[in-house]
Amino acid sequence: MSARAPDYTPDEIMTVTAARQLRNAAVCFVGIGLPSAACNLARLTHAPDLVLIYESGTVGTRPKVLPLSIGDGELAETATVVVTLPEIFAHYLQRGRVDVGFLGAAQIDRFGNLNSTVIGDYARPKVRLPGAGGAPEIASFAREVLIIMKQTRRSFVPRLDFRTSCGYLTGAGERRTRGCPGAGPRAVITDFGLLRPNPRSEELELVALYPGVSAEAARAATGWPLAVAEHLETLPAPQAGELETLRQLEARTREAQARPIRIALPAAP
Amino acid sequence: MELVPLKEAIAAHVRDGASVALEGFTHLIPFAAGHEIIRQGRRDLHLIRMTPDLIYDQLIGMGCASRLTFSWGGNPGVGSLHRLRDAVEQGWPRPLTLTEYTHAELALGYQAGASGMPCGLMRHHADTDLDLLTVPHRRTLPCPFTGQPLTAVPAVRPDVTILHAQQIDAAGNVLIRGIVGAAKEAALAAERVLVTVEERVARLAADMNALVLPAWLITAASIVPGGAYPSYAQGYYARDNRFYLAWDEIARERAAFSAWMERHVLAAPDHAALLRTLGVAA
Repeated sequence: MSARAPDYTPDEIMTVTAARQLRNAAVCFVGIGLPSAACNLARLTHAPDLVLIYESGTVGTRPKVLPLSIGDGELAETATVVVTLPEIFAHYLQRGRVDVGFLGAAQIDRFGNLNSTVIGDYARPKVRLPGAGGAPEIASFAREVLIIMKQTRRSFVPRLDFRTSCGYLTGAGERRTRGCPGAGPRAVITDFGLLRPNPRSEELELVALYPGVSAEAARAATGWPLAVAEHLETLPAPQAGELETLRQLEARTREAQARPIRIALPAAP
Repeated sequence: MELVPLKEAIAAHVRDGASVALEGFTHLIPFAAGHEIIRQGRRDLHLIRMTPDLIYDQLIGMGCASRLTFSWGGNPGVGSLHRLRDAVEQGWPRPLTLTEYTHAELALGYQAGASGMPCGLMRHHADTDLDLLTVPHRRTLPCPFTGQPLTAVPAVRPDVTILHAQQIDAAGNVLIRGIVGAAKEAALAAERVLVTVEERVARLAADMNALVLPAWLITAASIVPGGAYPSYAQGYYARDNRFYLAWDEIARERAAFSAWMERHVLAAPDHAALLRTLGVAA
């Protein structure tokens, strides 16, 4: 007997699982891409009062479609207030008004440190990545951090090529000792399941898997010997309502992105 | 403030070797001004911008820049800026020296520049490799009162800051609304400020606390409808996300990029002509 194929994609269960990590009314600093999809799904399902902040200075934004960039007009039009860049980073993030920072990256190590700067040597990079953006301060100043990344041996590496943003540094309390204000990564959501820091060593360990996914597969997709929690849980599949909301959001987004732009020019003199 | 055609504003105020900040955070990116810089063949520019975006991909790919100060250099939501990558990874069409910050740091650098401070201070974000490579662009020091670790970022003071805005009034005051990024700080930090605007109006549609740049802070202004395209101007036109997605393919290879720039930017006498060749003008 063959197992029934799930009625959701790996991307969908990853986004739904990430959304479920957010409690209602939390203040969340949102990265673009997967974090943005997860945060808006949470807002449209179990967390209607989630306060979303994008680094473009849009505070309390409630976009009807997912923005392609961090600063689409949709974010400004649906925001409580739009503030300047110095303000969003100083008054909101640095001041400690952000509960959850939601990040992705190109590389992560076993202590949740992140690289979004270069692959290879900094001076002669094999791949020049976009760089820091808001990530180092989000990783430091948000009360806690959620990370969402697809798990591969290229992205889950034994040693980062460059440490752009700090997780637990070398673990076992080093982050706290260094006086870093936020608590650090609470969870890493991947396309296999969920990793959380070990309370003592602060090394990430596999604590939960999606239905039908094996710990061996997750370990094989990790560039270091991934620790597995003693009680490995199975994460619940997405509910029909969550999937429907996510699919509608994505359909609205596709439709909005396909809309041609026309600019009225004054008649030539 | 003098109201002049964009061609004249760029010719008079953007010199070879100048440090130039075209600001606007995703919104109100002064594409028309950037294209005019390319048409006039400026060289050896020190480009400054928090998010280089497609406009700096174009300036870098056309060989206008030798140095870039930035904090996030990707095509937002799409991927790499291929011309920026080619310049950094292969030195094409010429090598590009990078000075890189985080968003918070570069915003602070502008703010220090705008405030007449030699540097700006912020709380130290925990140890990263950025600390290792950025001397003398970033230093940590203890707070003189509490001993708490702080990061100091030197003031950023562009020779010229260029902004795109929605409106200019009869007296030359300029209104910016929507996502404003660090536009105000970048303008106030600069020696000279050039502005392109969507339209001239008798009276700005400005609330009391709106972001208005007084005419006497502005060196020159030009009326360029659609001047932020394919970025956007809130209240006028939306961001052309389809173009941002398409740019990934246009800019991936040198030859295709150069041909596109030749056809749409160099061959177009001005921004209105460019909008027509792209089928955007209504």
